[in-house]
Amino acid sequence: MTDNDNYMVDGAGRRWFLKQSTALAGTLLLPPLATPSSALPGTVPAASSTARPITLRVNRKTYKLTAEPRETLLDLMRNRLNLTGSKKGCDHGQCGACTVHIDGRRAYSCLTLAVMQQGRDITTIEGLGTESALHPLQAAFIEHDGFQCGFCTPGQLMAGAALLREGHTGSADEIREWMSGNICRCGAYPGIVAAIQSVKKGGTPG
Amino acid sequence: MEPKLIGDPVDRIDGKQKVTGGAHYAGDIKQPEMAYAVLVMSTIANGTIRDIDTADAEKLPGVLAIMTHKNTPRLPGYDANKPGATALGRVLHLLHDDRVDYSNQPIAMAIADSFEHAVDAANHVRVTYQAKTPAPGLPTSKAEPFRPQKLPRPDDPVDTQRGDLNKAMAAAEVSFKQTYHTPTQVHNALEPHTSVAIWEGKQLTIYQATQGIFPSRERIAEYFALPPENVRVIAQFVGGGFGSKGPVWADGVLAAMAAQYVKRPVKLELRRSDMFGMVGSRSATSQQLDIGASRSGDFLGMAHRSLNQTSVFDDFSEPAGILTRVLYKCPNQEVTHRSIRANIGSPSPMRAPGEAPGMFALESAIDELAYQLNMDPIALRLKNYAETDQQKELPFSSKSLRECYQQAADRFGWSKRLAAPRSMRDGNILIGMGMASAIYPTIRDEASAKIKLNADGTVLLSIGTQDIGTGSYTAMTQLAADAFGISPDRVTLRAGDTRQPKTPVSGGSRTTASAGSAVVQAAEAVILKAKQLALNDLKSPLNGQKESDMAVEKGRLFLKSDPKKGEALTALLKRNGGNALEASTSSKSGEEKEKYSMYAHGAQFAEVRIDEALGEIRVSKLTGAYAAGRIVNAKTAHSQLVGGIVWGVSMALLEHAIHDPRTNRIMNANLAEYHVPVNADIPDIDAFFIDEKDEIVNPAGVKGIGEIGITGSVAAIANAIYHATGKRIRELPITPDKILSFTA
Repeated sequence: MTDNDNYMVDGAGRRWFLKQSTALAGTLLLPPLATPSSALPGTVPAASSTARPITLRVNRKTYKLTAEPRETLLDLMRNRLNLTGSKKGCDHGQCGACTVHIDGRRAYSCLTLAVMQQGRDITTIEGLGTESALHPLQAAFIEHDGFQCGFCTPGQLMAGAALLREGHTGSADEIREWMSGNICRCGAYPGIVAAIQSVKKGGTPG
Repeated sequence: MEPKLIGDPVDRIDGKQKVTGGAHYAGDIKQPEMAYAVLVMSTIANGTIRDIDTADAEKLPGVLAIMTHKNTPRLPGYDANKPGATALGRVLHLLHDDRVDYSNQPIAMAIADSFEHAVDAANHVRVTYQAKTPAPGLPTSKAEPFRPQKLPRPDDPVDTQRGDLNKAMAAAEVSFKQTYHTPTQVHNALEPHTSVAIWEGKQLTIYQATQGIFPSRERIAEYFALPPENVRVIAQFVGGGFGSKGPVWADGVLAAMAAQYVKRPVKLELRRSDMFGMVGSRSATSQQLDIGASRSGDFLGMAHRSLNQTSVFDDFSEPAGILTRVLYKCPNQEVTHRSIRANIGSPSPMRAPGEAPGMFALESAIDELAYQLNMDPIALRLKNYAETDQQKELPFSSKSLRECYQQAADRFGWSKRLAAPRSMRDGNILIGMGMASAIYPTIRDEASAKIKLNADGTVLLSIGTQDIGTGSYTAMTQLAADAFGISPDRVTLRAGDTRQPKTPVSGGSRTTASAGSAVVQAAEAVILKAKQLALNDLKSPLNGQKESDMAVEKGRLFLKSDPKKGEALTALLKRNGGNALEASTSSKSGEEKEKYSMYAHGAQFAEVRIDEALGEIRVSKLTGAYAAGRIVNAKTAHSQLVGGIVWGVSMALLEHAIHDPRTNRIMNANLAEYHVPVNADIPDIDAFFIDEKDEIVNPAGVKGIGEIGITGSVAAIANAIYHATGKRIRELPITPDKILSFTA
């Protein structure tokens, strides 16, 4: 996807421009993916006879594909749309790592069947912001170290972005309560709360 | 000299990738023709497989193979499947026989062209068993305890004695004796164990969620009877480990077996429920503490006798007593470890293995004794402050525990605490304040690194180490940048790959001390080459000077006695042909390890608020001061402390993997019923570092910080709960039913 596809999750089409972290940082040169996922076909057809054609709209892109009724939105996005930002921590709606927005509302994509999401607007972490155009909450997570391993982070960010829009950020305790559907095993909760509060104070989304 | 960028709160170098979904974990790796493997797990805890019927499963669409003990090719190096010399090499169940030694043991593997097809196939495998009665674990076990052959770290003896304990206890004016119980815990890193295995002839590449790419490479190579260089393990990003990804478990080997069997790349991603058994746990413990003291509070004798559980097929002994040997001054002491065997998955190291349950018991006991002696808990600890390591009879390389007690107490507001239990309340809410010491050994393993200084002044740092979320990538980059006095964005890091220089497992809080020291020494070696280049270069202002008289700051080599005399490293390199300077080093601890005892220390304080009628416990305040040598990155180091303290809340109040004693099956093998803290459980945490310089401990000057946070917080909370309620709970987790119970 290009940066032009990077819209705010409220669907208002607002784009967040560069908010680069000013702190110094080195460059990380990780071993390459043996085959970068971008070199693979974007959509892989499902093999089963029970598969049916569906149309999904994710991050303002439209995907036409066939899906089995039993495929969850999470598995379909991760395995067939190359959208691996949403994570699978439990597959049972217990951890929140797969949180996305469906029509602007938070949803656990592991508890959501893909075939039921036709005609809805789905936003994932890949649609929230990019490295060159971070969403303010993404920048705040870096600033306040609202993560360690980063695995729950896409889900935390999607929950946090919704929280800001929903207005559940009146106090630290309110944020804690409304962010309690997302487990962070590294225990970065104080940083997550601080990050959400800082964006709230900045008055950016609202 | 100013420590420059070291210590600054530098943002993580991989922060942007992590917040945009651009960080690739093992489960995000895709391969052409990649197949998916799903495990079938045992539903009994002891017995044999009578029959395993795969006929229905094999007929399902997309299924490539069902591997069971009946058709799995024998691994050529399967004979090496023995308890390892370290905690990393465990005995694995690899579909080689019909034995079932614990519930939720992998007994078959379905491999299909999609995840959905693999799950469906796994669900259609029918298994019948010849079941036997399982041996239960603690606290139900009636098995005869045995003395384990070793503890996980070879430096820790199983049993220690000093002085004359019996005589001291007989002479003591005050004596104390209690037993503490801790439950089985499961690490539950949020990222499930995942491996993507790719064979190209006799070359194997595995993208793996692991804390140790090198141990994994070596163990997997051993099973397949390959030279280690034929196996490449890559861990770009790891979604937490907490010990569970330290040992080499069956998942990586099984993925490689599956990929070889179906001749396609295979991804094996454990399901959450799969993680309750085959990838380790913290052993339950039962610990007896005996303390004999004078009426004025001097410890005269102390015994810490710890019982833990291990599996029927492997040896792992939770080293719960090791810190009792060193934390307080006490001339007469006995510390022992015993184990029982049970039909459970093998226990393994989990964040502060031994230290976490052991410190809960020890620091609860010290608190109890303080009440018995009518002394302030800090005063009792200060009275028995260990100036030296009495067990090893060595001085400490540095120890700032006194400062930790004082600064944490001040910031917490300990002086506002009323000494008597149940003396502080806010309406129906009982308020309690408690504290405990924190301590963790500084461990350093052999590690290597390669540094290349380019003529343009940029640095390429190559080092194998994985970053499990601690911030290792960032810390390594900072240490390299610091050596040359350049900005970290001038350093490029190659890491997370066994093709880079060898480093140890990221566990035991050892990465910065080990790999970081290798970075510092590799940089020193490059700088030495630069100095030699300059002193032999007629055109250099440093021509003819001595190496030891030169230093580097801000990318400039200069004469210490006359800093104006010098030149930029880029100028020196460009004039000398523009070639890069490169050095590789292997770094390990030396004689300092024989001469000094090395520990990080801390003091943790907790305030709890407990609803008197409901027994609901809320942790309302956590303050901790820690001394851990040089802090490389204030931001990520703080997060490490906070994470450890959150784990203390979790262990004190929530975590408990509950076994049904009749079947030995874990009854809460999911994240809804195995409780870990959510955001609403965690208050603001005031965790901070005390300045501590330690030039002895290692070249990086650092002590481990990943685990110390949990070593004090569990007992601090338990002690606060006693102070609030007057009820001493000696069995974790401390839940409302125990607060309300009149029998506790």
